[in-house]
Amino acid sequence: MNRVLPILTVLAAIVAIWYAATVLMNRAWVYDQAARAETEVSFVQMIPLTMDQERPVLPAPHQVVTELVKSTIGTAPTSKRSLVYHGWITLSATALGFVIGTVLGCLLAVGIVYNRAMDMSVLPWAIASQMVPIIALAPMLTAIMNTFGATPLVTKAVISAYLSFFPVVVGMVKGLRSPDGMQLDLLHTYAATGGQAFFKLRLPASMPYFFASAKVGIAASLVGAIVAELNQPAGLGARLLQGSYYGQTVQIWATLFLCAILAALAVMVIAAVERGTLARMGMAR
Amino acid sequence: MKDTTATAAPVIEAKRLNLVFETGDGPVHALKDVNLSIGKGEFVSFIGPSGCGKTTFLRCVAALEHPTGGTLTVNGLTPDEARRKRAYGYVFQAAGLYPWRTIAGNIKLPLEIMGFDRAEQDRRVEQVLELVELKGFGKRFPWQLSGGMQQRASIARALAFDADILLMDEPFGALDEIVRDRLNEELLKLWARTGKTIGFVTHSIPEAVYLSTKIVVMSPRPGRITDIIDSPLPRERPLDIRDSREFIEIAHRVREGLRAGHGDEV
Repeated sequence: MNRVLPILTVLAAIVAIWYAATVLMNRAWVYDQAARAETEVSFVQMIPLTMDQERPVLPAPHQVVTELVKSTIGTAPTSKRSLVYHGWITLSATALGFVIGTVLGCLLAVGIVYNRAMDMSVLPWAIASQMVPIIALAPMLTAIMNTFGATPLVTKAVISAYLSFFPVVVGMVKGLRSPDGMQLDLLHTYAATGGQAFFKLRLPASMPYFFASAKVGIAASLVGAIVAELNQPAGLGARLLQGSYYGQTVQIWATLFLCAILAALAVMVIAAVERGTLARMGMAR
Repeated sequence: MKDTTATAAPVIEAKRLNLVFETGDGPVHALKDVNLSIGKGEFVSFIGPSGCGKTTFLRCVAALEHPTGGTLTVNGLTPDEARRKRAYGYVFQAAGLYPWRTIAGNIKLPLEIMGFDRAEQDRRVEQVLELVELKGFGKRFPWQLSGGMQQRASIARALAFDADILLMDEPFGALDEIVRDRLNEELLKLWARTGKTIGFVTHSIPEAVYLSTKIVVMSPRPGRITDIIDSPLPRERPLDIRDSREFIEIAHRVREGLRAGHGDEV
């Protein structure tokens, strides 16, 4: 309970600053309109006019919330105007991309830990891969995927995986290497095989690292899917781009908020799986 | 009570054993010309200041380090062959229990690796838990136990597969004096009951004298043996034996040995 008050205080401050910014950024249009109509608006008259525009520079919070509610609850999920429709498309690509990226990341990490050549070579390439802006890479990947006849879902998932494998590789390498010399010596005294050392020591020891990476990875997957949708007909990314073409700032902001909400929910799902897994392993205290 | 020290071939035998580590600052002579013979059922302590090679010697026996000269046999085999035959249990300085396994699960670890069947695993877990007086704690997780109890669990883990040799590298080094006394007493009881051959590294003189049938005094740079003392104390030792004249005499000789080792180095 004592956490509620600070959170609400910060939220209230953000909303207050947002409303102030709305007035500041939208007032030029109000004065401009008044000048064209050769009328005068007072300061008090100006304020409500900044919060009710169709294409404001910065929409007011209540406009965004109204739009968000209208396009999720107020619209049939089958409609192309529904954010549920677009959200589902993005979410399915995110999930598939996350699974591909996580599996790939884990495999690479195992290779790095067990193979000296991979240890020396893979990580610099992985880092380089993340240096290329995904927005530049996505259209090329899409073109390549299209020649293979991949569906939009698979294409987007591949771009998602491209972003999400990286944190998983870094975290899992660290996690698989986390057992200290003593624990490895202990297995040596039992004459344990490499496979036994992996499944009984390295893999369980890496679980906390895995979940930390997975949380970063799923958020990266969502970003990847959205960026990949900038040249697709549907999805949250497509919706963002349409909004920007037609100057629909309220629509853009509503979509952005849905992206943030989805990211938060995805991370919470991973966190719940983490709690369950670590509790079953006896590692949650 | 059985007296087995005099029988047959030694369990562990080192002849002119040498180990040189190559480091950035040149070679380090960790062990120099170590000659030692340990018979079946002996309790041998290795004592000396850090860097004297006592842990290194134990690790050589366990095939965790590899000597660069001389010969070392364990049960008549090379250390590596003995390791593969699971001839010894090793207890490290820290308990090193897996936090994701219960105490019983930790004790089962070597049993799973060595392919014991389920029923046998459970039977042995119960047996060794009783041996280290941790009966009823099998379902707990390591963090729910005190440091002393964790170390006892790690001893149980080393006993579970019933190797004839128990190698212990400062197992009680991180524990306080009171817990340590109790564990020493229990260790003696356990040794009497199981008849195992024990190699025990310590830097505590009273601990070495109280526990051992043979005390190996070592000194550093190069790591070598300066004295080997066969203890005249009886096998059955109550804690107050430490106030006896014999005990104090042996402790004195150990201290002299340690000082002599230091003397020709300074």
